[in-house]
Amino acid sequence: MILDSKIPGGPIAEKWTRHQFELKLVNPANKRKFTVIVVGTGLAGASAAASLGELGYNVKAFTIQDSPRRAHSIAAQGGINAAKNYTNDGDSIYRLFYDTVKGGDYRAREANVHRLAECSNLIIDQCVAQGVPFGRDYGGLLDNRSFGGAQVSRTFYARGQTGQQLLIGAYQSMMRQVANGTVKIYARREMLDLVVVDGKARGITVRNLVTGEIESHEADAVCLATGGYGNVFYLSTNAKGSNVTAAWRAHKKGALFANPCYTQIHPTCIPVTGDYQSKLTLMSESLRNDGRVWVPKNPNDTRSPDQIPENERYYYLEERYPSFGNLVPRDVASRNAKMVCDAGMGVGQSKLAVYLDFADSINRLGVSGISAKYGNLFQMYEKITDENPYKTPMRIFPAVHYTMGGLWVDYDLMSTIPGCFVLGEANFSDHGANRLGASALMQGLADGYFVLPYTIGGYFASTKLDKVSSADKDFEDTKKESSERIQKLLQVKGKRTVTEFHRELGHIMWENVGMARNKKGLEKALAEIPALRDEFWKNVNVLGSEGSFNQNLEHAGRLADFLEFAELMALDALHREESCGGHFREESQTEDGEAKRDDENFCYVGAWDYKGVGQKPELSKENLTFDNVHLETRSYK
Amino acid sequence: MSENMNLTLKIWRQDNATTKGHFETMKLKDISPDMSFLEMLDVLNEQLMNEGKEAFAFDHDCREGICGMCSLVINGLPHGPDHAITTCQLHMRKFKDGDTIVVEPWRASAFPVIRDAVVDRSAFDRIIQAGGFISVNTGSAPDAATIAVPKDQSDRAFDAAACVGCGACVAACKNSSAMLFVAAKVSHLSYLPQGKIEAKKRVLAMVSQMDKEGFGNCSNLYECEAACPKSITVDFIAKMNREYLGATATYAEKVYGEEM
Repeated sequence: MILDSKIPGGPIAEKWTRHQFELKLVNPANKRKFTVIVVGTGLAGASAAASLGELGYNVKAFTIQDSPRRAHSIAAQGGINAAKNYTNDGDSIYRLFYDTVKGGDYRAREANVHRLAECSNLIIDQCVAQGVPFGRDYGGLLDNRSFGGAQVSRTFYARGQTGQQLLIGAYQSMMRQVANGTVKIYARREMLDLVVVDGKARGITVRNLVTGEIESHEADAVCLATGGYGNVFYLSTNAKGSNVTAAWRAHKKGALFANPCYTQIHPTCIPVTGDYQSKLTLMSESLRNDGRVWVPKNPNDTRSPDQIPENERYYYLEERYPSFGNLVPRDVASRNAKMVCDAGMGVGQSKLAVYLDFADSINRLGVSGISAKYGNLFQMYEKITDENPYKTPMRIFPAVHYTMGGLWVDYDLMSTIPGCFVLGEANFSDHGANRLGASALMQGLADGYFVLPYTIGGYFASTKLDKVSSADKDFEDTKKESSERIQKLLQVKGKRTVTEFHRELGHIMWENVGMARNKKGLEKALAEIPALRDEFWKNVNVLGSEGSFNQNLEHAGRLADFLEFAELMALDALHREESCGGHFREESQTEDGEAKRDDENFCYVGAWDYKGVGQKPELSKENLTFDNVHLETRSYK
Repeated sequence: MSENMNLTLKIWRQDNATTKGHFETMKLKDISPDMSFLEMLDVLNEQLMNEGKEAFAFDHDCREGICGMCSLVINGLPHGPDHAITTCQLHMRKFKDGDTIVVEPWRASAFPVIRDAVVDRSAFDRIIQAGGFISVNTGSAPDAATIAVPKDQSDRAFDAAACVGCGACVAACKNSSAMLFVAAKVSHLSYLPQGKIEAKKRVLAMVSQMDKEGFGNCSNLYECEAACPKSITVDFIAKMNREYLGATATYAEKVYGEEM
């Protein structure tokens, strides 16, 4: 398939302005004639639903949670980037653009990233006006902190709850539109399929999670803001309910899936303690502003950290990357943690952890200074580990956190299915092979507040849309398929629980498609995943009925999709014989173990077209060009 | 590190809002003190399913104390015996070998049971919908630095905004009052200059909706504050009462034309 990214012409800084002018408009009085489905009510979905409602469109917003306020965007702790340059340290839209392209290891689309940087400032304005209580200094103006991969302070924050506060802002704006009658919320609904009529996305089927009823909903466009697929690893920092289902079902209906192998392993998470572990908890990257990462120099040193003298400690990030130190980007920090643990220098019972030490900062700022900045994070750490991080260094280890890959979209955020738009983490477009800290919130809100409301109008104004009804055959057929799939899950009546299968899939993925990948491991995964999938369909035990609230059935449906998706992810990782950002192929590294890109052969977006379960998907390439930020080896030394 | 535990669980089972519920007693062996409470329930559910029984339904999602989804009354206390945390942050080291643990849903007529410990909290969404927002359309905001906000006010607003909407305050209250939840939102927005413009309209509309949803009144027992995982204090209820009084005296008739 030829992928047309529809990047507007002209200089990089003028593309978006020019495109906004060139997009056709829908007359205000005509907007109410269009219905838009938004699936997912996190930052991207809620901000889109609110903004579309304000414009006058009819919006139907769907969420799997009991309330739209609970989407996993709430878990983002550290902050949101914007190029305001309030700190007078040399920031600009161009610098944010540059840092993001470089941070993404030159695998993002330049035009999208520039637009993101342009929108960043508008987001802060919008959120402040909504009442988001960002951190302020004593003069009453907004404060900033630093994040990885940048040498300026451009991160706005609301203590350790930035995601929560931004989502509440978007949620409240959306609820205001509910009161105005433009947005209708469908809570506890899970999208099971996309309905495509005459080649265009015209609706969805959902399961009402309370009654079990399968419902059809029609619309003029469908926006997927359904987040990432990190839970394919079973253990991740994602919420338990986060899943790939909506994106995967759209993929099976013809939306290409781009760069699925790009996953972000976050360097600062609380280590695994036992087999019963159900999820991993992130400790915000902002902690690396004041915490120093180290391990004992001698492998298998079992002394407690306070007994290890300064000259026997290896501050590996500071030593190896003097200019960025502890604030190197996430992929670099994670890989280095793995390297020192592989070399036997890991700490704690499992030896799969490194120290994040605040002793120096506490000496400098006092306990109260550290507690004002990170109090809630320290409390959370203590609740989970029963250790006091003010007294003993935190133990941290990398964990799956974010997925840069996602459904392929053009500049208008439209997938390869006309009328199916994809926003936020669910699309692939802005972060390349590695996302910088505090950029996920920025992208979700940019897409929802400031990009989609324009581009969807362009689609409506230039597309002929016939009337459809949920009683039409296409809808009825899709509904029947969804229902049959549920029946099939319930009828297996095997011996193993859904969680057992999920853990096993997670193990295969972490071992072979995790922080470091190689041909042998990936081929092993590609043999093991289909075998596990076959066993799942023969031996899973899903209890309860379809016509009731049934969490086991929900989990089974999501895992069934992960078992298909996982294969695509491993295949993409195998085909990409280079290292870039979060994708590290052991065969492609420099002498000192840094990621080695192959721009000659892999400077493209790899987008896959579905050909059936277990069938090899077809690869299409969108070549990436770097006219502004020139290709060079990414260095944080 | 302490030893693994054997426990007895008394779990609330209820098929849906219209059927009667009951307690079921179950035994659990070899529970690690490092497990979270919800991980202990995962173990229970695996055990139940392997015995061919349906799992115990409970709401949960982020499992890091921020989404507000988890909602269990444990030994009579919303979110359990630890202080200032959600259920998902409660760890088994708070219990000891041989303990009997009682697990129930939030109990309030405004939160009907969906199944077992899962309840319907959409009443909270309708209260927010009634006025818990600042009316600003996307694109119309002035530059973020235009209005300075004194740090102490901004911090107070944050303290209130930290509410995760879990409903523990309602579950803890003998009257099933939602005053702490509503007060947190009213205070969050009215402490900020951006939110002051609609403050009177907001407090009247939100309180009116709260009453319509069937939440009870406040008896000043502070059980809500004790149960709140985000340490939202009852001072905010006092703040809301002041806002409400001021609004009824100067605003109500003009907007609503009815007796408040």
